[in-house]
Amino acid sequence: MKREIIFSMESPFRDTFRIQGFRFGSGKKSLAIVGAMRGDEIQQQYICSQVVRQLAILESKGRLLPGHEILVIPSANPFSMNIEKRFWAMDNTDINRMFPGYDQGETTQRIAAALFTAIQGYTYGVQMASFYIPGDFIPHVRMIQTGYEDTETAGLFGLPYICLRKPLPFDTTLLNYNWQIWETKAYSIYGGQNNQVEGSTASDIISTLMRFMQRTGIIRYSTSMLPDYNSQIMNESDLITVKAPVAGILKKMKTARDEVRKGEIMAVITDPYVGEVIAEIRAPEDGIIFFAHNKPLALQNTPLFKVFEV
Amino acid sequence: MIKTVVSTALPIDERLLIKKNVWSHGMGNKRICIVTGTHGDELEGQYVCFRLNRIIQENLEKLDGTVEIYPALNPLGIDSITRGIPNFDLDMNRIFPGDPEGAMAEHAVYTILQDLKGADMVIDIHSSNIFLREIPQVRINIHTADKLVPYARLLNIDFIWVHEAATVLEATLAHSLNSLDTPTLVVEMGVGMRVNHGYGNRLVMGILNLMHEMGIWSEAPEPHLISKPVVSVADEVSFINAEASGVFLTETRNNIIVEEGEEIGNIVSPLTGEVLQQVTATTHGLLFTLRAYPVVYKGSLLARIHHL
Repeated sequence: MKREIIFSMESPFRDTFRIQGFRFGSGKKSLAIVGAMRGDEIQQQYICSQVVRQLAILESKGRLLPGHEILVIPSANPFSMNIEKRFWAMDNTDINRMFPGYDQGETTQRIAAALFTAIQGYTYGVQMASFYIPGDFIPHVRMIQTGYEDTETAGLFGLPYICLRKPLPFDTTLLNYNWQIWETKAYSIYGGQNNQVEGSTASDIISTLMRFMQRTGIIRYSTSMLPDYNSQIMNESDLITVKAPVAGILKKMKTARDEVRKGEIMAVITDPYVGEVIAEIRAPEDGIIFFAHNKPLALQNTPLFKVFEV
Repeated sequence: MIKTVVSTALPIDERLLIKKNVWSHGMGNKRICIVTGTHGDELEGQYVCFRLNRIIQENLEKLDGTVEIYPALNPLGIDSITRGIPNFDLDMNRIFPGDPEGAMAEHAVYTILQDLKGADMVIDIHSSNIFLREIPQVRINIHTADKLVPYARLLNIDFIWVHEAATVLEATLAHSLNSLDTPTLVVEMGVGMRVNHGYGNRLVMGILNLMHEMGIWSEAPEPHLISKPVVSVADEVSFINAEASGVFLTETRNNIIVEEGEEIGNIVSPLTGEVLQQVTATTHGLLFTLRAYPVVYKGSLLARIHHL
């Protein structure tokens, strides 16, 4: 394992900003993994740090297959995480909306440019991502449809779903989009909650990443007991959105990964003053909850659930 | 007449209300819309809306058509000194045309767009952000320049920046409206969190001038009071970004002609007393953007100069 500084920048008043990378093996640039780009992506960072640990163990046992180089960057934004801000602390810009970056441009454009230079040219690129609407997801691989997306290799993660999203104008500055355009097979992995490292989700995703490396011939690894799915490919537009008909306090009975029957109550919204139930949120079809809002307050029209019909 | 364009319930005894004031008079059927407050930290448009409402109210007989004034497209942001929409990741001016099935913000921008669609002119007033100070200017995508530059010249501003198209800007209000054949001009002036009365008064006169040209306002401002803007096309603008992190100190004001090599300011270290970077003009031209917020990181934008 080689630890290196991918990018550093003096700050006006804080310690030096650094992005660290962990390089394993040598040879063909096979895999780059990027963790937290936002300050609240703690699960994403944790997963990457555990992958670094496991790769170091495999390396010491000689189980990294020759001819492959792996680069893991657990965090591209320690400054925001240290002060519990989601975006770049100075100007609230989002590094993940600055790709491919510009090394003569604004601060976060420069960070994105340096990061993108470091992770370019790899065969596979994995980003531990989070969505712009807060909530819990069923673990899945998400890919922007650029025309270069490779759903076949996305199936090697063995996650239950591969979700395809048609890019909107604001998606064209995402890492996933630009990685694909620059000919890396790019996958965004959505695991669950940003702020949670306990529970099974994080360890499941770590196993999934190891499985991917085993199947792409990068490491020698015994597959875990984790269920291995024949991934189903679906479009984001296939999901049925269930919105809050009224505003109030949300009490969920169901969350991401749960199966529901048509008409089953998934949540209730209660009046914030007198406590009465003012709306029952029912499943629109038989299906699986793909996404669930995870805050106790619901605004009117907030998407509370996205259900995948089965 | 005050009309509510968007009304959505918030969790506890409050509604998100986006309102407009509609003034109609005479037989004319043209409609101009003045919108601002997309970014909650940009306040220059508040003064313009206030002044326009007063002038129209007191001179209603001069109006022949409809003026709609939207002071706050992002009322939660303005009220909480938040640039974006509180609790929403994306910039409100990057999610147009919105989505009637989307989250609250996406739903709101969709409704706003439907409301503005079909107007004969929309003026979208911005005031940079808290970091940069701008001279009164209109920004136009190169693909709409032929159509919009003649209107922009009427607005009593100093500068028209015709910029290259960028995919990400396709999600702005102006781009969405222009794509729907609703001519929309983006005004940038001043700095975030402040109101510059002088700039505001100039733009008010410019809007009345434009309204007069469109046949909506009978009175014509004195022609000599309307400034003739410099028009900059695409690659005539130089960006000066910080090459050191520190505190940017300047005695310069924008809206001046600078010579190549002329000092614009210094980035200094308050801890050591060092000058970390002497910032100089990279070209001879009009300094139209200047850093207002002193703390800078490497890469922070310090100035923009239109090459002359």
